[in-house]
Amino acid sequence: MKSFLSSWSIKPVTLGRVFKICLLLLLLLFTVSIVSLFVGAADITLITVIRDLLPLGADGHKALTPAEKSILLSIRLPRVILAGLVGAALSMSGVVFQALLRNPLADPYILGISAGSAVGAVTGILLGAEGLILGISGMAFLGAILSVCVVFGIAGTGRRLETTTLLLTGVMVNAFFSAVILFVFSISDHLQLQRAIYWTMGDLSLADGQAVLYAGFFLFIGMAFIYRYARSLNILATGEETALQLGISVGKTKIILLTAASLVTATAVAASGTIGFVGLIIPHIMRLIVGPDHRLLLPVSLIFGGAFLVLADTMARCLVSPAELPVGVITALCGAPYFLVLLHRRVSP
Amino acid sequence: MTLLQSENVGFRYHSPWVLRHVSFHVEKGSFVGILGPNGSGKSTLLEIMDGILTPQEGMASMDGRSIRTMSRRDIARRVAVVPQDYAGIFAFTAREIVLMGRSPHLDPWSFEGKRDYELVDRVMVQTDTLSFADRSLDHLSGGERQRIMIARALVQEPRVMLLDEPTAFLDIRHQVEIMNLLKSLNKNEGLTVLAVTHDINLASLYCDRIMLLNGGTIHAEGPPAEVMTADNIEAVYGLPVVFGNHELTGRPIIMPRV
Repeated sequence: MKSFLSSWSIKPVTLGRVFKICLLLLLLLFTVSIVSLFVGAADITLITVIRDLLPLGADGHKALTPAEKSILLSIRLPRVILAGLVGAALSMSGVVFQALLRNPLADPYILGISAGSAVGAVTGILLGAEGLILGISGMAFLGAILSVCVVFGIAGTGRRLETTTLLLTGVMVNAFFSAVILFVFSISDHLQLQRAIYWTMGDLSLADGQAVLYAGFFLFIGMAFIYRYARSLNILATGEETALQLGISVGKTKIILLTAASLVTATAVAASGTIGFVGLIIPHIMRLIVGPDHRLLLPVSLIFGGAFLVLADTMARCLVSPAELPVGVITALCGAPYFLVLLHRRVSP
Repeated sequence: MTLLQSENVGFRYHSPWVLRHVSFHVEKGSFVGILGPNGSGKSTLLEIMDGILTPQEGMASMDGRSIRTMSRRDIARRVAVVPQDYAGIFAFTAREIVLMGRSPHLDPWSFEGKRDYELVDRVMVQTDTLSFADRSLDHLSGGERQRIMIARALVQEPRVMLLDEPTAFLDIRHQVEIMNLLKSLNKNEGLTVLAVTHDINLASLYCDRIMLLNGGTIHAEGPPAEVMTADNIEAVYGLPVVFGNHELTGRPIIMPRV
C-alpha cells in the first residue's frame, strides 16, 4: 500500500488523513478559543484562573472574584462556544450550497437563506413564540426552508446556477425579506425592536447556556446527515446527470442535503442573527488548501469556520471596547471585499 | 447472449413521441453504433437504456430484468456512461474524477480502499492518462478529458458502456485514438459498447452493428455493410451521398454529393 501510493504526487483522501488534519485544526480552534476567553473589557488572565484552580494560597482568598468568575463562565464561555458553533454551521452550509448549485460564490447570506431564516425568527418573536420550546428555532427553520425552495426553484434541476442568476436571485430574495423584516419592525414595540435590529446585523452577545445547547444539538444532527453524503457531494459538483450515472439518487440526496443545510443555517441564525460571508470565505480558502474533496473539505471548513468566527467575535468585543460591535460587521468588512475579488476574477479570468 | 433489450419502447416529454415502437437487442460483447439525424431520438434512447428516463410504452431491460425496477446504484454497477464533455466545477484532479467511478461500489461513509486505488491506476495505464493524473481537469485538452471520462466509466467495472457522441469535440487523431481504445476494450475485455455518434464513417469502421434512427423509430439495423446503403442514408438524412469502400477494411465510406 505504502510503496504503491508513493507514486501519487497528490495524496488521496483517506479516513486517517481526515482525522490527522482535523485534529491539527481542532488544536488551532482550541487555542483561539482559550485566547478569546481571556480577552475583553474585564482583565482576567489565564494565570489567575490557574491559581484559582490550585489549593487556596497563603492569604486564604480565591484568585478570582465571584464577578470575574461569572464573567468568565456565564458570559464569555457560552459566547466563545456559540461563536464556534455558528461559524462552523455557516461554513458547512456554504460548502453544501456551493456544491449543489455548482457555484463557488453561493453562501447562505448571499442567497438570502439567512434572511429568510431571520424573517422566520423575527416573526416568531412578534407572535410570542419565544415562550415555546424551540419556537424561534422552528420558525427560523421554516423561513430557511422557504427561501431554499425559492432559490433552488429558480436554479431548477440539472443545470448549474450561473453567477448572474445566483446574484440576482440573492439580491431579490434579500430585498423581499428585508422588506418583511422592516414591516415586522414597524408594527412591533420598542423592546422587541431592539433585539430584532441586532438580529439583522448578526450578533452573539445574547449567548447563554441554552443557546449553546440548542445550537450544538442541531449542528450535530445536520453535520451527521451532510457528512453521510460527503462523497455524493463530490459527484454532484461534477453535474447532476453525472451523479445519476454514477448511481446517486439525485432527487432524494438533494432534498436531504438541502433540509440539513437549512437546519444548520437556521440554527446559526436563531442563535445569532444573520452573519454574512463566513459561508463564502471559509470554504473557498479551505478548498485552496485541502482540495475540493468534501470528505476532507466539510470537516476542515467546519472547524476552521468555528475558529474564524471566534476570532471575529473577539475583535467585535475588543475593537471599540468597552462598547461592542455586532460580529456581522466584522465578517462583512472582511467578506464583502473578498467576494468582490472573487467575482472580479470570475468575470475577467 | 442478449445483454440489453428494448421492447416496443415509446417515450415522449410532452405531446409528440420522441421514440416510438423501438425494439432491438444488444448482444453481450458487441460494439453497436446509433446513428441518425439531429432530433431522431438517439440521446433519449441512451438515457432510457441507462434508466434515467422511463419509457411510457414498452420496456427496457438488462439481462432480462426491467431497468425500471433497478435502483440508480444497481444500474451504475452495470452501466457506465461517457458524456460528450466534462462540465464540473472545482479543481478536482483527473485521478480524483476517475476515482469517483468507484462510487457505485462503495458504501456511504466509506473511503476507497487498496483495491480501488489499484484498479484506478491500472485503468489509467490502460487509457494512457497516468501522465496527467494529478492535473486539474480544466487544464487538460479535450482529448485528454475524454480519456479521463472513459477511465472513470471503466473503473465502474460496467458490463456495458454507453457513449453519447464521445468524439464530438475532438480532432481526427484524437477521435481515432478514442475509438481504438474502445475497440480494444471491446475485443480484449469483452466490454459491450453502445455509442451514439454523428460520425457515419467512424461508426462504419468500428461498429459490429449499426442502428439507424429516424424520427424516433428504427429505420434500419444490422452490420454496417447492410445498413449503410445509399438508400438508407439518403432517406434518413435527406442528403444525396456518394459511396466508397475503406481501402483496408472494405467497410462502406460515405461522403456528401457536392
